[in-house]
Amino acid sequence: MSLARRLLISVPYTWLLALFLVPFLIVLKISLSDYANSIPPYTPTLEVGEGWSGIKEFWSALDFENFVFLTEDALYIKAYWSSLKIAALATFFTLLIGFPFAYGIANAPQEWRPSLLMLIILPFWTSFLIRIYALIGIISNDGFLNQFLMWIGAISDPLVIMNTNLAVYIGIVYTYLPFMVLPIYATLEKLDSSLLEAAQDLGCTRISAFWSVTVHLSKPGVIAGCFLVFIPALGEFVIPSLLGGSRTLMIGKVLWEEFFSNRDWPLASAVAVILLLVLIIPIVLLQRNEQMQREQNK
Amino acid sequence: MKKPSWFNVVSLTVGFAFLYIPMIVLVIFSFNESKLVSVWGGFSTKWYGELMQNRAFLDAAWVTLKVGFISSTIATVLGTMAAFVLVRAGRFRGRTLFSGMIYAPLVMPEVITGLSLLLLFIAVGMDRGVSTIVLAHATFSMCYVSVVVSSRMATFDESLEEAALDLGCSPWDAFRSVTLPIIAPAVASGWLLAFTLSLDDLVIASFTAGPSATTLPIKIYSSVRLGVSPEINALSTIIIGLVTIGVLVASITSKRAIQKQKRGELLAEH
Amino acid sequence: MNADAPFAPWEDETATPLIEFSNVTKRFGTFTAIDDIDLKIYPQEFFALLGPSGCGKTTLMRMLGGFETVTDGRITIDGTDMNGIPPNKRAVNMMFQSYALFPHLTVAQNLAFGLKRSDMPKSEIDGRVEEMLRLVQLQKFASRKPHQMSGGQRQRVALARALAKAPKLLLLDEPLGALDKKLRQETQFELMDIQEKTGTTFVIVTHDQEEAMTVASRIAVMDHGKLKQVDTPDRIYEAPSSVYVADFIGDVNIIEGQVTQLAEDTAELSWGEGKPAIRGMAGENLSISTSGAFAVRPEKVAIFTEEPMDRHNRVSGIVEDIAYLGNMSTYYVRLESGALIKSQIANNRRISRRSITWGDTVWLSWTDTAGIVLAS
Repeated sequence: MSLARRLLISVPYTWLLALFLVPFLIVLKISLSDYANSIPPYTPTLEVGEGWSGIKEFWSALDFENFVFLTEDALYIKAYWSSLKIAALATFFTLLIGFPFAYGIANAPQEWRPSLLMLIILPFWTSFLIRIYALIGIISNDGFLNQFLMWIGAISDPLVIMNTNLAVYIGIVYTYLPFMVLPIYATLEKLDSSLLEAAQDLGCTRISAFWSVTVHLSKPGVIAGCFLVFIPALGEFVIPSLLGGSRTLMIGKVLWEEFFSNRDWPLASAVAVILLLVLIIPIVLLQRNEQMQREQNK
Repeated sequence: MKKPSWFNVVSLTVGFAFLYIPMIVLVIFSFNESKLVSVWGGFSTKWYGELMQNRAFLDAAWVTLKVGFISSTIATVLGTMAAFVLVRAGRFRGRTLFSGMIYAPLVMPEVITGLSLLLLFIAVGMDRGVSTIVLAHATFSMCYVSVVVSSRMATFDESLEEAALDLGCSPWDAFRSVTLPIIAPAVASGWLLAFTLSLDDLVIASFTAGPSATTLPIKIYSSVRLGVSPEINALSTIIIGLVTIGVLVASITSKRAIQKQKRGELLAEH
Repeated sequence: MNADAPFAPWEDETATPLIEFSNVTKRFGTFTAIDDIDLKIYPQEFFALLGPSGCGKTTLMRMLGGFETVTDGRITIDGTDMNGIPPNKRAVNMMFQSYALFPHLTVAQNLAFGLKRSDMPKSEIDGRVEEMLRLVQLQKFASRKPHQMSGGQRQRVALARALAKAPKLLLLDEPLGALDKKLRQETQFELMDIQEKTGTTFVIVTHDQEEAMTVASRIAVMDHGKLKQVDTPDRIYEAPSSVYVADFIGDVNIIEGQVTQLAEDTAELSWGEGKPAIRGMAGENLSISTSGAFAVRPEKVAIFTEEPMDRHNRVSGIVEDIAYLGNMSTYYVRLESGALIKSQIANNRRISRRSITWGDTVWLSWTDTAGIVLAS
């Protein structure tokens, strides 16, 4: 191996080992430690100075106590469960809005499509936080939506959306919509319109042709879009913390509070490890979907 | 050309209204005279003036820009190297781990990335501040850069490099005078992406920032928790404006480039 | 050398080769791409490496360019061992299959790219670029970018760029592969013209046998990393050394049998019970009473409605198909043995041989020197 090649590989490799893998191993290790009222707030700490016996002592003090605690305290199980539920439902709503949206763009006149796509991507470049903030201005009790509805006389008392799970759903749909629209658009755009004509030629009605050709062939895009929304939504912190109420349970928020408010680092680490385990399944599914798409495009 | 159906028109209108009305309302209310965000009290730019007086925001903005600039530059160098490793280096020991570490941060929840980096910085006794945020941001954005650059590299005709060697270049000269100019647009968009991600990040910065350094998102987050304020409206409007101009400029330049390419191809037919 | 003598340094024992492969082997892991090859290529030759994809021809060429290392054996160029010399230190240039024109540089900048990295004084570079543009007739296009040119023009830029440094040896990797058929034929002659003008040794890789036959002074037919035959185009066509080569180059009829007679130049092959043996030229490495194969080109097979008693080689069969190709017709005749023999007849008259049609019993015949008996 030439020196240049070795250098090329080792620099990013070392960086990632030091700043991605090692930190994660530290999380894993602390998740097996116990909470202690000290600095740092966990025990044991590795005393390399004491030699082999120090390492042995350190090793024997690690246990799965935090994980056992997570299964015993209903709060955590509920938080995982409600994160899954919120992420799944929000993904479904995003698909409900995103599919017609993507379909509309794919069927817009050719010369409009680049501009329409840019309008989809533009919010994606705008700060995430600012978009959620903008949404607060709409859905809060004295927000634009309530004022508008009261002005036209549709309601007399403001709708309470802020600080509920509904606000979290709206927030996820609003911020992750581009992730759903873009992959679906990508598959719809490649769709050969003569396929629809062929289906109709072979006796399909327009609706059944839409169903059996368009919907069927856009499945890879739909699957990719769903996972691209579901995976980040599951670990979301900002949305439930700003839009959700005190009763909105999401695991990202729990982790944050466990760490910053309760200072229970070992427990926060255990929460993180479990969250990652929960995420592995959808991530693997997403990767398989992408691989299948790549193979089909060959 | 078939006419757009009413279904398409409705779904596009509803979709774009949903995406844009909140931001438009935000922009309008940033020019509101009244302190009450829900009542229109006449046109004014006074909140912009107040924002310019607010030291805390200005300091945070400066930190954010500094972090964004340094971290995205590091991320671009490392990410481009990583893209070369992914596409070109062939098989080597630990390749699977390497590509795993490149793709994992893309799907890793921010709370976990933030937590793990914080625990690392504490373990090695590093003081938290600008430098720790830079390290954290460079790490996760290098993965995005490497994805952007490696997708460009995958379509790169390797015989271009061979031709450069064949015509007398040393390997480094070939990289500098052929490879780099050709992949430059992808490297630039990687940098931009890294920069945006860094400016945008709240969660990881919250974990890795110390009391000495506060970024703009952290500042915005803490004031948003207290409710809507016209100053934040003004700040958001400025950011939205800058991003819009940036994206417009970028898309116009790329459109120009495409048109130029098309004119060139037309020329080739004669 | 006598000025009137044909160019054939490979027949001259005293000529020094430009390139010499000695026992060259190249392995990729367990796969042997080049298997113990010996080959000499002489100055000013237009040498073609011909074979199906995966036969090792591209690897052989890339070893000359310095893009692949040699696992075993030795390659010398102009007497210098090339082992370990990187591409940028070789007086060899390559024209790539994809042309590999630098998209961010103009045509003139592409041509100057190699010159700037040579020891040519700066003041002379512009003149050399101009000269190369003239050579390929692209003076008007100097300031265009590659994407602003047609495929044929790009091909000429690539050629000019590879020739700009006046290399001792030019390697061409499927240089005409991306062009359409008509342009390809025109360009073949241009290539030969430029090769003659510059006096550079050309080594071309191609899978197109017609192209190799047209341009090359000698052709090496390759298969599975081995050289099957290295010879002039006419020898390869008329006197293939093996069934593989006969089959690979052009259309051929193969009849398998047993070698029964062997003289200095001629051989006979018996191929069926009670059938008279076929007589043809004797191929290489032939020995009596071993199995062999008779190869004859379709255009050398004549077709008769009655038995041509005056000819030695004659077989009968039934017309199974007739392909009318305009300038010629091909008759597919099924022999009793089951073999299908093609006979190609030029249509020099407007209507001819109407008398032969599907299902007719016909006689096929060829002269004693039309075909060749090969060891199989």
